[in-house]
Amino acid sequence: MLPGVQDAVALGLTEAEYALVAGKLGRPPNQVELAMFSLMWSEHCSYKHSRKLLRTLPTEGPRVVMGPGENAGAVSVGDGLVCVFKVESHNHPSAVEPFQGAATGVGGILRDIFALGARPIAVLDSLRFGEPDSERSRYLLDRAVAGIGHYGNSIGVPTVGGEVYFEDAYETNCLVNAMAVGLVREDAMIRSAASGPGNAVVLFGASTGRDGIGGASVLASAEFGADDAAKRPSVQVGDPFEEKKLLECSLELLERGLLVALQDLGAAGLTSSASEMASKGGVGIDLDVARVPLREADMEPFEIMVSESQERMLCVCAPERVDDVLAVCAKWEVHGTAIGSVTDTGRMRILRGGEVVGDLPVAGLVDDCPLYDLAPERPAPGLYPPPRAVLGQEATPRDALLALLASPNIASRLPLFEQYDWLVQSRTVRRPGEADAAVLQLPGGGGLAVSIDANGRRVAADPYTGTAAAALECASNLACAGAEPLGTTNNLNFGNPEKPHIAWQLTEAVRGLGDACRALGAPIVGGNVSLYNEGLEGPIYPTPVVGMVGELPDVARAGRLGFAAEGDAIALVGWRAAPSLAASELAKLRGEPLPDGLEEIDVAHVVGVQAAIREAVRAGALRSAHDVAEGGLLVAVAECCLAGGLGARLDLGAPAAPATPWERLFGEQAGGFVVSGPSAALTALGERIPAELIGTVGGDALEVRLGGERVHAGLAELRAAHAALAALFT
Amino acid sequence: MRFGVVQFPGTCDDRDALLACRQAGEAELLWHGDADLRGVDAVVIPGGFSYGDYLRVGAIARFSPVMEAVTAFARAGGPVLGICNGFQVLCEAGLLPGALLPNLERRFICRQLAIEVVDAGTPWTCALAEGQVLSIPAKHTTGRWYAPPELLGDVRVVFRYARDANPNGSTDAVAGVASAAGNVVGLMPHPEHAIDALRGSVDGLGVFASAAAVPAGA
Repeated sequence: MLPGVQDAVALGLTEAEYALVAGKLGRPPNQVELAMFSLMWSEHCSYKHSRKLLRTLPTEGPRVVMGPGENAGAVSVGDGLVCVFKVESHNHPSAVEPFQGAATGVGGILRDIFALGARPIAVLDSLRFGEPDSERSRYLLDRAVAGIGHYGNSIGVPTVGGEVYFEDAYETNCLVNAMAVGLVREDAMIRSAASGPGNAVVLFGASTGRDGIGGASVLASAEFGADDAAKRPSVQVGDPFEEKKLLECSLELLERGLLVALQDLGAAGLTSSASEMASKGGVGIDLDVARVPLREADMEPFEIMVSESQERMLCVCAPERVDDVLAVCAKWEVHGTAIGSVTDTGRMRILRGGEVVGDLPVAGLVDDCPLYDLAPERPAPGLYPPPRAVLGQEATPRDALLALLASPNIASRLPLFEQYDWLVQSRTVRRPGEADAAVLQLPGGGGLAVSIDANGRRVAADPYTGTAAAALECASNLACAGAEPLGTTNNLNFGNPEKPHIAWQLTEAVRGLGDACRALGAPIVGGNVSLYNEGLEGPIYPTPVVGMVGELPDVARAGRLGFAAEGDAIALVGWRAAPSLAASELAKLRGEPLPDGLEEIDVAHVVGVQAAIREAVRAGALRSAHDVAEGGLLVAVAECCLAGGLGARLDLGAPAAPATPWERLFGEQAGGFVVSGPSAALTALGERIPAELIGTVGGDALEVRLGGERVHAGLAELRAAHAALAALFT
Repeated sequence: MRFGVVQFPGTCDDRDALLACRQAGEAELLWHGDADLRGVDAVVIPGGFSYGDYLRVGAIARFSPVMEAVTAFARAGGPVLGICNGFQVLCEAGLLPGALLPNLERRFICRQLAIEVVDAGTPWTCALAEGQVLSIPAKHTTGRWYAPPELLGDVRVVFRYARDANPNGSTDAVAGVASAAGNVVGLMPHPEHAIDALRGSVDGLGVFASAAAVPAGA
């Protein structure tokens, strides 16, 4: 019996969309066709609520080799080499089953990289959980970190950086975003466009099971409710060993020149991979599901077409190359099977043996999903409840410093990073905690710097400014390493876009991202959108995670964040006015509600400051550089002390009215840096950008004078406070 | 001096080991399916997750054709070095004493550590000095070396974690051991990841230089 409109609605389509599908087919869809349409027209695959907005982003630049639309973006890094990179989310699977959710998130983004022919050389991750005093958050953190490590470590790709924030707004709906970076010779890259009618379509990798059926529609395109345990079967299970073989096999197939096109299988499995390959190439594809190797013999055609079993790739090759392709698969102990062929019909035909079980137009499936306009409306203040106060009004600046260093959003990430292999592949010049950005060696003496960032609380306070600040923060991290941005990737984690206030957050955030990346000359070459991130208690903080890749000419001069030499001068550079406590980490500890809007950022000024820092690092003039972020100036200086194992004496003079000592010490604003080095070098920097000499490196304590205020904290005290996260992993 | 670096499905640090060996001599990959060592002078079994660490770390790799050749080579006195997963494989193959158990904290640990050279009488340590402390990273989940107390006295310990750096709870802080003859050495830390000051340390170079300093056929 044919499925009806109510079945379409159960699969996530609207009644109008169902009618449109029937119109394209000229008849009601059968079960296979409806399953395929419901996935390809899901938010996850079609971007139907975000595509119009994404078109406003800058995507072009002199170094861009591949923009959005392929498996990942790519920028040229010179010497004929291309850096391929992308960030993707695996939020809902991780909230349901954190170990496998996070592991397969890493597996999925790695396949996007080697689907282009690039060897993955680095992973970074961006995580959000509820406050760690919640048992559920500690469980999600522990298992997600273990899952990331399990996959990345086992496959031999270093995890070189990342970030994690803890806020109540992520209690139900955690975020697990993973970014992967790859390297390939430009002339060895491959695309996903199928071509050449008569060519063979080969599926290789793991066999196909019932895991992950409907992942894209059930998990990724709807809000969370009370029955989430029942969704666990929708989460895929990862096997990094299978993927390691798949990776080496894919790269060898390409090296031998055997392939016409390559594509990974991710969300919506065979359905999206095959139809996107056909769509990009303007061809049709016939697939025989009877030839697909199965884990369970009795799978229905629609299940085979939508299964999200991991560690699978699809390639197109000339018919006379099939035996060679299968031989390479056999060498790597990977299953390879020819399951179909390229046609000139422009249709996806699904066969079971001789029987046609589905027949759909490729264009209708891939390109004709209706796009929706958002109806943005600025919400009234108070959308998010104020954070719980943990720091009383009686706290002294010293109390605040120690509380900030120990706060989950600032404390040392070492207990996480030690669970990741950050050095395999012998490229890691700056490991986590050594510099603001990870730095990887390139052949030829140059380097690649990578960073990932987003502060959801600031975006919640002001989506435009908060998102611009996230992009600027990435570029500041790169500048401290001595790197110039080449390109950007992003993952827009938001609530339900059909709600006007979420639509407003999304619209403003994309505007902020576009403006900042235009100013930075760091076009957006790829990304992902994760919507419907809402739990029972409301939407997450809007969290546009920004990943950025930059280059530095001489990796031997890559910057460090730690103070390096007794007697070096310390300067605070970049700011023209005192920073504000609005939406700061201190305000959070004090339990202050989110402000309605943040102070505007002079983006051009910040970009200029970054250029000056970058050039000083490249010239070897600075011995340390660190951007001022959460916790403000004093936390930044303490981080420099701890990373270098050296104390510091600061004399901050008297606070200039109207700033209070608290704003001076703990205020946050884009574009501020703490640098150290010979005083002449810092003075020279001050001729280009605002710079204030504030003290000297030395001793075994951080000592601060600010008017009548005195702060004194020994390095051991600072270190003990900063180690607060270790307790979460014992 | 020609090194052979064994590659199993799931090996991750093969290219890193090649780089390190090439600082001391020539080096090539040896495929797990070939029982032919192609006349190399020394064999390195690198780190990673051979066969996904399924069943038990190193337990499947030891049955691969290349291990037959490695075992014969080792029995004939040829120098063999197992790093991390390679150490696990050599223990499983019975070429090294003891076994490697899950870390006490049962987590993966990646950390730069201090290890002390205890025995400079092996072909993999002869260019180092006993008592010398090396800064070398370790990264593993299953690195707690164990041998029953009655066998401990006969074990040739080659490296120990120094300065309270034992990351996994190994018996007597053992980081590496040798066969009775000394030609087969295994260690959990990764000397091949300590060969370039830009990446943190050059203290691992001495391990590969040692093998190169031994006259071929000796």
